[in-house]
Amino acid sequence: MESNKVLNAEGLACPMPVVKAKKEIDNLNAGDILEIHATDKGAASDIPAWTKSSGHELLQQDNEGETLKFWIKKA
Amino acid sequence: MGIQALTAAELAKKVMNQEPLFILDVRNEDEFQDWRVEGKNVEVINKPYFELLDGVDEILDRIPSDKEVLVVCAKEGSSQFVADMLAEADGGDYLYLQGGMKTWSEHIEPVKAADLTDGGELYQFVRIGKGCLSYAVISNGEAAIVDPVRLTDAFASFLEEKQAVLKYAVDTHLHADHISGGRDLAERFGASYLLPEADAGGVTFSYEPLEDGKTLTVGGTEIDIQAMYSPGHTIGSTSLIVDDQYLLTGDILFVDSIGRPDLAGKAEDWVGDLRETLYSRYADLDGDLVVLPAHFSKHEELDDNGLVMAELADLYARNHGLNIEDEAAFRRAVTENLPPQPNAYETIRQTNMGQVEPAEEEKTEMEIGPNRCAVS
Repeated sequence: MESNKVLNAEGLACPMPVVKAKKEIDNLNAGDILEIHATDKGAASDIPAWTKSSGHELLQQDNEGETLKFWIKKA
Repeated sequence: MGIQALTAAELAKKVMNQEPLFILDVRNEDEFQDWRVEGKNVEVINKPYFELLDGVDEILDRIPSDKEVLVVCAKEGSSQFVADMLAEADGGDYLYLQGGMKTWSEHIEPVKAADLTDGGELYQFVRIGKGCLSYAVISNGEAAIVDPVRLTDAFASFLEEKQAVLKYAVDTHLHADHISGGRDLAERFGASYLLPEADAGGVTFSYEPLEDGKTLTVGGTEIDIQAMYSPGHTIGSTSLIVDDQYLLTGDILFVDSIGRPDLAGKAEDWVGDLRETLYSRYADLDGDLVVLPAHFSKHEELDDNGLVMAELADLYARNHGLNIEDEAAFRRAVTENLPPQPNAYETIRQTNMGQVEPAEEEKTEMEIGPNRCAVS
């Protein structure tokens, strides 16, 4: 999937993947897509929960080996 | 002012001593709904950390100033992060749970349950975060450990402190909610590992069968542990009567509920056995026996000493699961509308049979969450 920005949060422990994702998304325009790569297992449920509570849209979620990938459309 | 780590052991003390404590749980809502720290004087609220990234102002007025405040998350990082923000915002003191719920799930607290005849002792090991209970019978330098959980270091240090030699590691049944430490413990100390044969169909290792009528002796001839076949939660479930006074019921009978018959996929088949055990076999026992179960589900089940125990006669008077006269109603109560199964219960059963050997970190993940071995 196409994205406007890729955030590599691999190796970072909770809460950093979400903290960084929020910073990145604040710098994007509405409708832009942020792609996130993370390895912290907590991200699998926290990124979708954060997306929901912040009003953005989780377009897709994938696993590639140890890496969790998310595509989020900014509201 | 500032933030300070609280260990799982310190938190267990606070919960068991019923100290007032306010907990801000910053995990996501699903995790919080599934499972959280509970205690008599523990007040807990949930606010996910990712809703506090812009600041903590919106929750400051929900945080009391007259009691200790502990911030809790899954592993630690987010609780530290939020505690930091809180301390900076209002200049107060905040605690965060070291190692998070992951460590809380694995903490074990040994509590002395009774003195036995001739100087022996009975200990209950309370795994408070998950609601698992293990037991140690010690007498005259020998020990038996019943339903030990995976975290065998806790038992090893206990044995060392008591200078006791482990003679038996016993599982009352094949567990589905947690990984047994029985086999590991027996190997580590050269003890016998006992498991009911009817539950051991798929096991890949050798064990000594725990049979009805078998007597295990700990400390010379001083203390007897008598096995009694009591199926229902699993087909092999076996209870133990210690020193003619204590009834270790495994997952058949709890203080506030009864065992569920469905975790090995055989609910319909085992319902009759469960009823027979609870309404006939146990009913014929001396009502003065003290029931010591392998689990609890609610913190209310812990007494003022942090122990989970009750007289059998008392349970016949107040435990709902022992008071369903109608057989059909009983069948419905133990097969319909059951709580969700414990996390990863199928893999846990396979692990306990020796069919799979997950990595240590994976085991921790598999055991996350409540035990859910009771019907309600």
